[in-house]
Amino acid sequence: MITRQRLAAGVCALLAALAAGIAFPGGAVADETEQAAPKVELVLDVSGSMRARDIDGGSRMAAAKQAFNEVLDATPQEVRLGIRTLGANYRGNDRKEGCKDTAQLYPVGPLNRTDAKTAVATLQPTGWTPIGPALLKAADDLNGGTGTRRIVLISDGEDTCQPLDPCEVAREIAAKGIGLTIDTLGLVPDAKTRDQLSCIADATGGTYTDVRHKQELSSRVGQLVDRAADPVVTPVATEGAARCEAAPTLKSGLYTDREQFGQQRWYKVDVDPGKELRASVSVADDRAVNPDYGVLLRAVTLHGREIVRGEAAGTGRTDVISTGLRYPKPESDDDNAPAETVCLQVTNSFSAGPGVKTTPGLPLELTVDVVDGPSGHHDVASFGLGRGWWLLGALVLTGFLAGLLWGWLSRWRVAVWRTN
Amino acid sequence: MRITRVLGAALLALGIAAGPAAADSSPSPSASADGAAPTRAGTSFRTATEIRQGQQATASGSTGDYLYWSFPADTGQRPTVKATVKLPAAHGAQSWQIDVYDGLRRRQACQYGAATRTAEQGASSVELACVLRTVRGWSEPWGNDPLPGTYYVRLTVVDLGSADLGKPVGVEVRADSKDIGGAAAVDGSLAKPLVPGIAVKSGQDGGGSKPAVLSSFGSDDGWSSGWWSDRWVWTAIGGVLAALAGVGGYALTRGSGRPSRVPPNV
Repeated sequence: MITRQRLAAGVCALLAALAAGIAFPGGAVADETEQAAPKVELVLDVSGSMRARDIDGGSRMAAAKQAFNEVLDATPQEVRLGIRTLGANYRGNDRKEGCKDTAQLYPVGPLNRTDAKTAVATLQPTGWTPIGPALLKAADDLNGGTGTRRIVLISDGEDTCQPLDPCEVAREIAAKGIGLTIDTLGLVPDAKTRDQLSCIADATGGTYTDVRHKQELSSRVGQLVDRAADPVVTPVATEGAARCEAAPTLKSGLYTDREQFGQQRWYKVDVDPGKELRASVSVADDRAVNPDYGVLLRAVTLHGREIVRGEAAGTGRTDVISTGLRYPKPESDDDNAPAETVCLQVTNSFSAGPGVKTTPGLPLELTVDVVDGPSGHHDVASFGLGRGWWLLGALVLTGFLAGLLWGWLSRWRVAVWRTN
Repeated sequence: MRITRVLGAALLALGIAAGPAAADSSPSPSASADGAAPTRAGTSFRTATEIRQGQQATASGSTGDYLYWSFPADTGQRPTVKATVKLPAAHGAQSWQIDVYDGLRRRQACQYGAATRTAEQGASSVELACVLRTVRGWSEPWGNDPLPGTYYVRLTVVDLGSADLGKPVGVEVRADSKDIGGAAAVDGSLAKPLVPGIAVKSGQDGGGSKPAVLSSFGSDDGWSSGWWSDRWVWTAIGGVLAALAGVGGYALTRGSGRPSRVPPNV
């Protein structure tokens, strides 16, 4: 009896172990791909103005629905797609209520095309245009995971829920989330709508598109969803210090930080002898800035001596200003020579115009690579070799003169020998 | 190290023919296995679309977008980037610009070519070009010389009327290069090309089918090792000619045959 119980227990344990063994790796892999899956949320304005019939003879809503259907059909398998509406439900005139009106039409997750299309088909142009609140909610929807995150906002009018400026909202979202981009599309927009939507896009490194035809809408939304499916390196958030001593030590990789106007950011990197440090930094202007700007990246020793710097300055319209530097640390004769701590200082000379918020800071992207050092450089030319007709002429002349000299010498020697 | 180099030089002087063949087999590292030209563009350094030299990349975008591509350039090449922007039917005057950045995201100067150009009102397209300096094998860390590695192209409109923002445009971009050869051969070489993220790449391989990398132009994609240049040939030929001239000079002093005044049997 006891034996039989033991046997049963053993079999159970074995089965459990097997099941776990089968289940675990699969689960882990699924989790990993789920974690890294790119997430996209389409945010559609369903306000009353979408009834206007000015896109290829049809209503804006009809154009949006058709575009959504086409995009849903073409969405890549790995993309987790969600749909959120704004102004879809509240018909009343109460601004406070109307500005809360945003709902998730289809949750972010593996796409069931039929369900998603059915949900889209039910939409009727209804209410207000609470862009700011909708963006905040959409950012929440996309929370979690390590993949890229993208919001595609389609609207035909400016936000009707001031004082919450959707442009500020977008900047706040970009400041807290990593790698979240908002692309905006304006349906037959007026100047104000265009300004607002392009401001939202600029704040997050996204794009703004002006749509006047059905075809443009579906191809552009499809393009943006496709873009989200491209694997992209997600930067690691770090926070630089105001002094080198307190700075975080970085290894090779891609980092992101925020830097306010006129602020200094310090980071540290350990460089072994015979290695080369490569660092590049980009500071993006996610708001309206004055048209002349620059960025400076300095590599400094712990004692404050500057080793090398990278600097860039620019003028006019730009998304980013960037520079980089290389620092090859010479080989050491001592095998146990310690790594050198190099301080990296980043400063920018962007300046904000009047009335532009200075917080949060500008997005900063830092790439650090520590690789093997370069070899050579004892001579200007490759291995000290020569090239060209002057070289040939000089060699021929030298050879000829040497031959002559040798010949005369040997004649003279023969003559001397004979006289003796 | 030096001995191997000297030996290598001697071997080369003997068998010059092998060298150029080896150098030609790796003209430029390839961006992707398939031959189709990309039909989209990235919107930042991180998401730049990779193209190969000689590939005509196309993309559709909106006026105001910042479009990014990246391509590899190797030692001795002088890259030329050309872009054509097809503008919408009705538009105001607008200026377009291409900027080229190296693997350290340092802006690289254009030797010549119209990198910024203004399209007049209603113009159907605008063409831009930028001819970079020759890519060197090595430079001092304090210099800004182009080095082998990834190059980024950014195309954007720099000056436009606000009514033109967001209008659809079609874009064509192409990077070619002229082989400058030994004239640009410098001493020394980088251990790894200036490809961003190259230090972390090896650790990320395996696992996912398409690992995300900053730039996929890897270290083993056929970059030139930096030791070959036609300077070897010039120098070797120079050596041979010098030897021949030496023999000639020697022969001159000896005259031809046996001198007549020397009696026989001496």
